[in-house]
Amino acid sequence: MEFTDILIARFNYWIYIILMMIGLYAMIAKNNLVKKLIGMSIFQTAIILFFVSTGVKQDSTIPILRHDEIPGHQAESIEHPTDGAAHSTSIRAIDYANPLPHVLMLTAIVVGVSTLGVSLGVVQKIYGYYGTVEESEILEKIKSTHG
Amino acid sequence: MGEQFPVLVLLIPFFTALVICVVGLWKPHWCQPAAVVSLGASLAVALGALCQVVKKGVVSYALGGWPPPIGIEYRIDALNGLVLVVIATVALITAIYSRQRVVAETPGRVSQFYTLYLLLVTGLLGMTVTGDAFNLYVLLEVVSLSTYALIAMGSRRAVLACFNYIIMGTIGASLYLLGVGYLYIKTGSLNMVDIQQLLVSEGLYSSRSILIAFILIMLGVWIKMAFFPLHGWLPNAYAFAPSTTSCLIAPLMTKVTVYVMIRMMLTVFGPAYVFDYLQWSEIVVWLAVLAIVAGSIMALAQADLPKMLSYLVIAEVGYMVGGVWLANEAGLVGAFYHIISDAFMTLCLFLAAGAIIARTGEHRISSIFQGLPRRMPLTFFAFLVGAFSMIGVPPTCGFFSKWYLIRAGIEAGHWAYVTALLFSSLVNAILFFRIIETAFFGSRPDREHNEHTESQREESPLSILIPLLGAALAVILVGLYNWNLVSWITDAVRLYYMAPMPG
Repeated sequence: MEFTDILIARFNYWIYIILMMIGLYAMIAKNNLVKKLIGMSIFQTAIILFFVSTGVKQDSTIPILRHDEIPGHQAESIEHPTDGAAHSTSIRAIDYANPLPHVLMLTAIVVGVSTLGVSLGVVQKIYGYYGTVEESEILEKIKSTHG
Repeated sequence: MGEQFPVLVLLIPFFTALVICVVGLWKPHWCQPAAVVSLGASLAVALGALCQVVKKGVVSYALGGWPPPIGIEYRIDALNGLVLVVIATVALITAIYSRQRVVAETPGRVSQFYTLYLLLVTGLLGMTVTGDAFNLYVLLEVVSLSTYALIAMGSRRAVLACFNYIIMGTIGASLYLLGVGYLYIKTGSLNMVDIQQLLVSEGLYSSRSILIAFILIMLGVWIKMAFFPLHGWLPNAYAFAPSTTSCLIAPLMTKVTVYVMIRMMLTVFGPAYVFDYLQWSEIVVWLAVLAIVAGSIMALAQADLPKMLSYLVIAEVGYMVGGVWLANEAGLVGAFYHIISDAFMTLCLFLAAGAIIARTGEHRISSIFQGLPRRMPLTFFAFLVGAFSMIGVPPTCGFFSKWYLIRAGIEAGHWAYVTALLFSSLVNAILFFRIIETAFFGSRPDREHNEHTESQREESPLSILIPLLGAALAVILVGLYNWNLVSWITDAVRLYYMAPMPG
């Protein structure tokens, strides 16, 4: 019973771990360098999925305040945080999704894209030097020139 | 002006990188002077920040004006102020050294090289100065991406080594990111100091998520620093990279990552959690013992000079990780002092090796050093200083750092670690005396007849010699002033042990 509870209540964790393992497997086991890179991309995306799923909240909305939702309708109340106590009932943090994980993942996506870009460039260079992107063939070529 | 130091120290190389990227395309000969000037300025700012720390204690800088727990905080204390100065100095020395080597090794790509070089230094400085766990990830990737590109500029073999490094490096960084995610879920904060306070005040030590976060972060950092079983990517990547690149990354990458590990253990999780609650130090020190022994033995098996030095870097990582995990103050101080001294002695060795390889055009230890003391006396002298420091001969810093680490090992009663350090010293002695023997007594039978041309002095040009001798001088100075440095570090480390014990 308990196991199925964990399985269902935490399904986002299971999905990210399964995706991550697929990526890890591809990185370790595949012979083709491009396939390894695809694995790397899956690996990174799994972590992004994990972060994004932690920001989810039931019955919550996007964390943007409409103008009429700002307490007191005026900017003054922001300048006087001591007055905020009176208005605190009108904005409840619990109504809004946590934006931070999403913002962090925007950065992580950029990092992932640039890593992929650099590594594709490197693979292109490897192909230019060795004429193949199969790791075993490359290693054979290295051995034959050095041995 | 003064209060902007923490961010200026990395903005100067950053903006210079952007300018070089564009201007360098049609004025390639301006790149190196611009890089040297900006790194000099960065060093001056780092020293200024260190003076501020002496005067006022910890310097905290709120990036973008957002106060610390919410915004990103840059934080300089006595420890990372020191690391900043070391990074800026090493980068400056290597930038001066690079003048001719870059044009020779990566012709036509000078501006790209210096752009990446400065971005790499920016990332390293940022990793040291940041007080935000996620910001650290971003800067770690800035460093890694520029390192990948710099390594891939090397020879044919470098490209494949670089690919393996990308795969391993990405796994490491991703694990770190995942660990930060777990920390964030549990504490709701990304600020390092804030996380530690929350861990204590919320009583999260027994949480399994925090344990997982700790394991993931440590694994990620260990991959990045090439800690022994996870070291596979390092030797080829460092050995086949362009020589200026390996002169920059070999002294800095692993050491800054070790500093990040110390930072994670002290600032984020806290010594109370890492040493007293988990009690894993025994296992990790044993891993470090393995790293030291394996690194030394593999170095002994190499016939290729850059490769041998790369394996020594792996052994040195074992020294530092072991020292930190001895879980006593002396070990931490020794490891930290070793970060500084190892940065300079690795720099000295790699610079000298680069200069020698550039002149002789050979890589093999058995042939490269023959007759070298006569051909390049000053370069060889600098190499000897670095070598003696690796072995641990008194006036050099290597002796003192080993001394402090061994003393810490005895204090902790960890005899295997002490034995491993002595063993590694012995292996280094064999390695380098083999080189010294071929240098002074080795003969070159096939070229005996043209001995008169061989023995002519072919000293390295001044642009290589000055930074090289500067590095050798730094090795000796760090050794001679070891007592001042160590008492400085001890005070700083004590602060960490004292501060986070409210609960």
